[in-house]
Amino acid sequence: MATPILAVNNIEVIYDHVILVLKGVSLTVEEGRIVALLGANGAGKSTTLKSISTLLKGERGDITKGNIEFKGERIDHLTPADLVKKGVCQVMEGRHCFAHLSIEENLLTGAYSRKVPGSQIRQDLEMVYGYFPRLKQRRTSLAAYTSGGEQQMCAIGRALMARPTMILLDEPSMGLAPQIVEEVFAIVKSLNEKEGVSFLLAEQNTMVALRYADYGYILENGRVVMNGPADDLATNEDVKEFYLGVASGERKSFRDTKFYKRRKRWLA
Amino acid sequence: MNWQAFIEVLVGGLLSGVMYSLVALGFVLIYKASGVFNFAQGSMLFFAAMTCAGLVGKGLPLWAAALVSLVVMVALGLAVEKFVLRPMVAQPEISLFMATIGLSFVIDGLAQIIWGSTAMKLDLGVEDMPLEALMDKTGIAVSQFDLLAAAVAAVLVSGLAVFFSKTKVGRALRAVADDHQAALAVGIPLQRIWGIVWGVAGFVALVAGMLWGARNGVQFALTSLALKALPVLIIGGFTSVPGAIVGGLIVGASEKLAEVYIGPHVGGGIEAWFPYILALGVLLIRPEGLFGEKIIRRI
Ligand SMILES: Nc1ncnc2c1ncn2[C@@H]1O[C@H](COP(=O)(O)OP(=O)(O)O)[C@@H](O)[C@H]1O
Ligand SMILES: [Mg+2]
Repeated sequence: MATPILAVNNIEVIYDHVILVLKGVSLTVEEGRIVALLGANGAGKSTTLKSISTLLKGERGDITKGNIEFKGERIDHLTPADLVKKGVCQVMEGRHCFAHLSIEENLLTGAYSRKVPGSQIRQDLEMVYGYFPRLKQRRTSLAAYTSGGEQQMCAIGRALMARPTMILLDEPSMGLAPQIVEEVFAIVKSLNEKEGVSFLLAEQNTMVALRYADYGYILENGRVVMNGPADDLATNEDVKEFYLGVASGERKSFRDTKFYKRRKRWLA
Repeated sequence: MNWQAFIEVLVGGLLSGVMYSLVALGFVLIYKASGVFNFAQGSMLFFAAMTCAGLVGKGLPLWAAALVSLVVMVALGLAVEKFVLRPMVAQPEISLFMATIGLSFVIDGLAQIIWGSTAMKLDLGVEDMPLEALMDKTGIAVSQFDLLAAAVAAVLVSGLAVFFSKTKVGRALRAVADDHQAALAVGIPLQRIWGIVWGVAGFVALVAGMLWGARNGVQFALTSLALKALPVLIIGGFTSVPGAIVGGLIVGASEKLAEVYIGPHVGGGIEAWFPYILALGVLLIRPEGLFGEKIIRRI
């Protein structure tokens, strides 16, 4: 097994000093992989990503236990700007493009932390336009007036302009039409293959995410309840039942099912 | 109607409006970047004018006094960001606003501890007298001092416009204004950007303070200029540099015209409240101001 580029070690996260949201989450991402972080709304996916990108502090959240390592170095004490310099960039849930900046200006802000000549920046801009031809067409439009899909592309492209080795991508499929979701995921896959960017991808859309990911973690109530290679998860009966909508019978908690199945096996 | 008199009032009003714009500009910068209505902007202006006039009083030539004041004001801006706003990151906007109210008392007090509380004079070498060449040719009286103020404002605003739209830091500044969280996520160092904004606001306060101080005397009343800037901001929009300019011009021109042409019918003295009526009208029709960024909401 290759050494992981990112390791989240048993972290506990508390908001506003009282609300315990993550109750000991561990996960690893190996270099060059796409890892999916799955789970229902409120499971703690975004909180996990924000813990890694250190954006948590701005929301009065604290990591009270455990730690996070990127390339073997502790990163939980860094500022977001320093982390971007080290090569980790988050694309936030809901896209968060700069509404009053044009698409091209949005992309350029992604390169803020880099100390490289302008010619290099132009070259990277063309690279981003190569992956997202739609953005090139809309380069002078204000981001606020572009479609949801274009905004998602803009947000990913903006992160790419920092030339990260790892992108934390939060719910890219949110609010997008199915074809656009496929388009976005296909681009993520090719960025992963051609630019070698590793992805940690939070998604509620389990089906699509597992199709593009190499490995997956399922989060429930702030705990990892299952993990494994994407193919295994996609064919797992329990995952199918609870997250792929192939339901049989009434809805139960995932943990209950495991227990229930285990007991059934035991009794049989 | 006497057109010559009308033009004289109009031009005089527009030029005095420029002086309001200069005050409003400082508010716009900080509001744009951090969403904070900086109640202490008037105090910063007072502090700047006192420092400059005080140094001239100590025998420094004007240019040296201005330069030292510039350094002091930028340092003051940076210190405010570091010691007042940074510890309050992620707090509600109203808390930040209250912090700037407290700050205004501290800065007022500091200015008076250092430079005393008596009014001072500041001479910029240009008098508040009609420009003679223009007077001779057209018979219209336009103050030389007002023209200087307008020229300074024009340079300042063009400089800021280029800074905002063309430079990397300016772009980052607008990004921060749009979305703090997203700016952080892409690696824009929020605190450095806020530091820069407060520094620039200190510089703008100095320019406005020197001009207002030279015209009205360097005295405590300068702090209340913040109130004059309020209708300018409402009319022009809190987030727009061009809005601050146009808002200032509208306020300046309309209050002078109203005073001269409507005033006599209602007993005069309307200059003091006319801008607020105007601002109220704008507020009803276009709450973001004439130039304010449209509140864009997508669901
Ligand atoms: N800033 C916050 N303050 C308090 N509670 C929060 C905050 N952000 C998220 N939470 C809570 O943490 C839990 C996990 O949220 P989140 O990480 O956003 O889940 P997900 O991304 O999986 O939908 C939810 O119960 C949510 O209400
Ligand atoms: Mg989420």
